[in-house]
Amino acid sequence: MGLVTPNPGTIFWMLIIFSITLFILRKFAWKPILHALKDREQSISTALISAEEAKREVASLKADNEKIIIEAKQEKNIILKEAREMKDKIVAEAREKAMSESSKGIELAKQQIEAEKIAAINDMKKQMAELSVLIAEKVIRKELSNKAEQEKMVNGLVDEIKLN
Amino acid sequence: MLKLSAGIFLIFTFTIFAAVPVVAEDTHSTHETHVTDSTTTESFNAGKFIIEHVSDSYDWHVVSFGDTHISIPLPIILYSKNPEWHNDKSLHVFMSSKFHHGHSDYEGFRISHEKATEGKIVEIDAAGHEAGKPFDLSMTKVVAEILISVLIILFVFISVASKATKNVGKAPSGLQNLIEPVVLFIRDQVARPTIGDKKYEKYMPFLLTLFFFILFENFIGLIPFPPFGANVSGNISVTMVLALFTFFITTFSGNKHYWKEIYNPDVPWWLKFPIPLMPIVELTGVITKPFVLMVRLFANMMAGHMIITVFVSLIFIFSSLMGTAAGFGVSPLSIAFSVFIMLLDVLVSFIQAYVFTLLSALYIGMATAEHH
Repeated sequence: MGLVTPNPGTIFWMLIIFSITLFILRKFAWKPILHALKDREQSISTALISAEEAKREVASLKADNEKIIIEAKQEKNIILKEAREMKDKIVAEAREKAMSESSKGIELAKQQIEAEKIAAINDMKKQMAELSVLIAEKVIRKELSNKAEQEKMVNGLVDEIKLN
Repeated sequence: MLKLSAGIFLIFTFTIFAAVPVVAEDTHSTHETHVTDSTTTESFNAGKFIIEHVSDSYDWHVVSFGDTHISIPLPIILYSKNPEWHNDKSLHVFMSSKFHHGHSDYEGFRISHEKATEGKIVEIDAAGHEAGKPFDLSMTKVVAEILISVLIILFVFISVASKATKNVGKAPSGLQNLIEPVVLFIRDQVARPTIGDKKYEKYMPFLLTLFFFILFENFIGLIPFPPFGANVSGNISVTMVLALFTFFITTFSGNKHYWKEIYNPDVPWWLKFPIPLMPIVELTGVITKPFVLMVRLFANMMAGHMIITVFVSLIFIFSSLMGTAAGFGVSPLSIAFSVFIMLLDVLVSFIQAYVFTLLSALYIGMATAEHH
């Protein structure tokens, strides 16, 4: 058979076979393959975009977290400061109160002491008066005869009492 | 308007193509005579051997032991206008084994041994002389090889497609991994840049089929044992059909701008009137494009097959010229060269499939380009 002469029989079969192949491949091979390729490309590109978005979100979340942590720290500091102040205040108040309470007690005690002292003095005066009356009685009984001696003794007694 | 211009154009084309075989026939016969002349004196006819290896045949030769030829018979389909020579039947369908490798006639048909029609089936008239060719639709070796390769192609790509539809949302695997990058390459490096983002999708099935068909045929042609090894992409009928597909698709997808550039290009008026010089040049260009596609693929693959066969036959040429020892001596060199050419042909297989597809895409792109 000639090498460079197209052979009608071969052309005929080739036309039929190639057309059928083209038709079958187009329907059952190229369409699904090209479709799958396109789908995959799209899904990859959307996945990439969403990954980028997720990254951005994570970054913003991180920033938020840091902000929150900083705020929390500040708040903690404020709270601690307040607590410390409150503690100091309470302690100071307590001290003051204790101080005032104790001074009140002392005052009261002083007053009581004063009152009791006065009462004791009064009591003493009373007893002294009674004593002096007793003494006077005794003196009077004893020194009835000796008038001068009597007076002398009374005076001396009175003087002694006044010294108290 | 578009259809009319396409019609005129087609008529023009057919006249050109009708002239082609005549020219081709001449070159063919001179070529063959030359080859036979150089080796007629030798017992080993290298020219015949090479031509037989690269050309089509009615049966599929597997191996020969001395005079015993083992070959796969192929169906022969003939239609004759002279039923009186062939048992009063017009349509004849029989297996090629009936010819006994061209040694005997069957039902008034013979595989010709005459120079002009050598290797073709001819009719034998009542007087026993060869009398022209019948209408020959035989399933030759090349056709059988096309059928086999098409079955392989269909199996490969349909299984890849089913995997692709099943594997949605998963990474591609296996054969799918091998095919998809090539498909992507055709899409993103061939179709998109040449045809444009808007229209390329319509032509993708054709370009992909074209590329993989040529690639598979090229590779199958390089496997040197049956059921492979037939020189399909180095057969001019096959490349002609492929080129015709490109040509028709280009012609029918040509837009107004494309046809205007052919019939009424923007050149000075005296180039178009009174002699329509530019339109003729443009029309010739339109026809030479697919013609060159046809010849390029054919010549490249044919040459590759021929050179490999030449290097192999060097062994036998040497042994018949200078004795068996010389044949053995030259065999390492000859095998080394054959392997080298074989590897080169693997490269050429890719390049030719790529070039054919790229040029087809370019022509389609030119025909569908919008006026800028």
